[in-house]
Amino acid sequence: MLVAFAILLVVVGSVLFHLLSPWWWTPVASNWGTIDTTITITFWITGLVFTAVGLFVAYCVFRFRHRPGGERPIYEPENRKLEGWLTGLTAVGVAAMLAPGLLVWKHFITVPPEAADVEAVGQQWQWTFRLPGDDGRLGRTAIRLVGPDNPLGIDPADPAGSDDIVVDGGELHLPTGQPIRVLLRSTDVLHDFYVPEFRAKMDLIPGMVTYFWLTPTRSGTFDILCAELCGVGHAFMRGSVVVEDAVAYRSWLEDQKGRMVARLATPSE
Amino acid sequence: MTEIPLGPAVETEPFHDDDLYHPRSWLTKYVFSQDAKVIAIQYSATALFLGFVALALSWLMRLQLGFPDLVTFIDADAYYQLITMHGMMMVVYVLTALFLGGFGNYLIPLMVGARDMVFPYANMLSFWLYLVAVVLLLSTFFLPGGPTGAGWTLYPPQAILSGTPGQEWGIILMLLSLIVFVIGFTMGGLNYVVTVLQGRTEGMTLMRMPLTVWGIFTASVMALLAFPALFVGAVMMLFDKLLGTSFFMPALIEMGEHLKYGGGSPVLFQHLFWFFGHPEVYIVALPAFGIVSDLISTHARRNIFGYRMMVWAIIAIGALSFVVWAHHMYVSGMNPYFGFFFATTTLIIAIPTAIKVYNWILTLWRGDIHLTTPMLFSLGFIITFVNGGLTGLFLGNVVVDVPLSDTMFVVAHFHMVMGVAPILVIFGAIYHWYPKVTGRMLHEGLGKLHFWITFLGAYAIFFPMHYLGLIGVPRRYHEMGDATFFPESAQSLNAAITVMALVVGAFQFVFLFNLIWSLRRGEPAGGNPWRATSLEWQTPETPPPHGNWGRTVPVVYRWAYDYNVPGAAEDFIPQNQPPAAAGGMA
Repeated sequence: MLVAFAILLVVVGSVLFHLLSPWWWTPVASNWGTIDTTITITFWITGLVFTAVGLFVAYCVFRFRHRPGGERPIYEPENRKLEGWLTGLTAVGVAAMLAPGLLVWKHFITVPPEAADVEAVGQQWQWTFRLPGDDGRLGRTAIRLVGPDNPLGIDPADPAGSDDIVVDGGELHLPTGQPIRVLLRSTDVLHDFYVPEFRAKMDLIPGMVTYFWLTPTRSGTFDILCAELCGVGHAFMRGSVVVEDAVAYRSWLEDQKGRMVARLATPSE
Repeated sequence: MTEIPLGPAVETEPFHDDDLYHPRSWLTKYVFSQDAKVIAIQYSATALFLGFVALALSWLMRLQLGFPDLVTFIDADAYYQLITMHGMMMVVYVLTALFLGGFGNYLIPLMVGARDMVFPYANMLSFWLYLVAVVLLLSTFFLPGGPTGAGWTLYPPQAILSGTPGQEWGIILMLLSLIVFVIGFTMGGLNYVVTVLQGRTEGMTLMRMPLTVWGIFTASVMALLAFPALFVGAVMMLFDKLLGTSFFMPALIEMGEHLKYGGGSPVLFQHLFWFFGHPEVYIVALPAFGIVSDLISTHARRNIFGYRMMVWAIIAIGALSFVVWAHHMYVSGMNPYFGFFFATTTLIIAIPTAIKVYNWILTLWRGDIHLTTPMLFSLGFIITFVNGGLTGLFLGNVVVDVPLSDTMFVVAHFHMVMGVAPILVIFGAIYHWYPKVTGRMLHEGLGKLHFWITFLGAYAIFFPMHYLGLIGVPRRYHEMGDATFFPESAQSLNAAITVMALVVGAFQFVFLFNLIWSLRRGEPAGGNPWRATSLEWQTPETPPPHGNWGRTVPVVYRWAYDYNVPGAAEDFIPQNQPPAAAGGMA
């Protein structure tokens, strides 16, 4: 008896918590608002099922609890029709979540041809970035070339790499409205490039180049976190990404180019 | 009202069966025993002990998350060691061992009407290898560098490199322990499978078996197919660590030094791990599904609804669970086109799972629900499992997983669905079968207290935790540090979760006390206190002695769900009741 009310309380409490609690996702800062839409659809469908199932269990417990002289249970091993209907309805609900999900996934993995490349490299426990120079292409890299003078292992034999811009200090700038393909590399262990406001994330894998794409839509400064356990410094592997308009971005880029030239003129110690 | 006889009369004369192993000394009866029931108790006691160790570890990690300034002795190293050991212990050494080694050993022979497992010697070795695996695992706490802090998924390269705690000895012994565990499990698993296939008594067709046996049987088949992937993964990583091979290791740099590795693939390990790891979820879930079906049917005094659908759903889930593994790897850098396949298979698995939920509820519908402790835990299971199962639809649907992957949403989801839900079933099952194992009832008041705190408390721990993940809090962070997206109020939520975890954990000792206290002081239970139909309740003696059945094994005439059969005198008909004696429709 009491348990029927407890289940009712759990169901109603969960719904109220969902609607009233202050804890919700941050406003999206990329084109992946479509991902938020799929989550919202999933919340509606699963929320309705959870509420319906929970309330029905509470009702059954209340209505059919053992009472002396109560009615005798029915003996009904199967009910093909009912089971068929429930299976069919469930399949419809699943399809209603899966279909939009797969459509958005198709979009997520199709990088638009006009996307600009940006490289993010993870090393225990910091972020370094590389932008292509005027040729718009990033040069080849190899782990064996990584050293104090060449932290990203850029291949000097590849002319495409000669004008690459290395951005250290963990702060990356991106212009709004420009599709970006983020190429991801690691020199040591797994990491994961994660900006909560972008919704997108992807692992960095030593020995591979991985990627995802996005179009930043909202100006601001956002945290870059590592979302794949990478050792004791994992929680402190932070960076930031500054999304700004094209004019501000150009001036930041020119500044980075100037620093790069200065750095190449005076080799580091 | 006619009295129906409850199984064969008690026989006092010991039977002799040359095929059956007979203990000759105290040592071979209680320690190196080959009796499945003794082995079951050994497995269960060891697993429960480890469960309490894992509980203590979770307290420490929750203290760090809730009150980081209070527990300054927990640094990042210690935190990662705590989560790794808690996770690995709970998933492999507690839940798998308890469901298959514990419940499997006790219930399979009794429920199918066998005298024992078919390979008793291998069954004994299974437990002792499990114990060796446990000792290896626990020994890492006392070795230089301590246990590994690689996370329970042990992803290379990080797992075997410096920068991760326990890279000296912890990881080596963890891998060795897993290897020994798999060898031990294989010996037990073969027993569970072959006993179900070959050891059933006359009349016990496969489609008359209780769903408990179906769940444990299917899970054992799955485990025999899935654990080898973990085994080879562990062997290969051990070679990478000790012999310098490069199965999982590409060319890389460790703290500024170029290592001699080259050409290996870290993603290969993830495929091997999850080819084991996802079926593992169902290796824990299917026995729970089976057991809870029997608990609900017995305590609601109604036949399980849709038995055949329930069996086929178990088999479908078992088969499908081998083609969904990469849904753990949507953001791992694998070929993105895999996402379409694995999202589809993963969401399809929701259909047989939902069927099971409907049938549990439809069994309650128009039943005669006795709110006993096992029934309360079963109801708690339905609610937590539905909650955890539905959040699985978020994480399985590839693009929805992208923002949620590696966040606290995942932690909340899998704790609800494969932590809280199966553990509620384990508790329900212990309250249900303890009378058969010991001959005494557990204390009901303490049992209900245990239920209320555990069900409501655990829900209050894990339900709000999803929302930390929605905000964007990554898992495996010992502290959040400065982050613009993380509101200060979320830290108070973290603190509240910790308080709840301490309370729920503390009340598990009430359960432990009940287990020990009732051994001597519990009410005598009799042979069939729940008036249940399945064979284990029809043994001539309780607890069942060696050989289980006295002189003759039972013959089965019906399925295990003849509750409230129209026209029958009693509200239940045991499986070994001949049709003529039972009345009503057979």
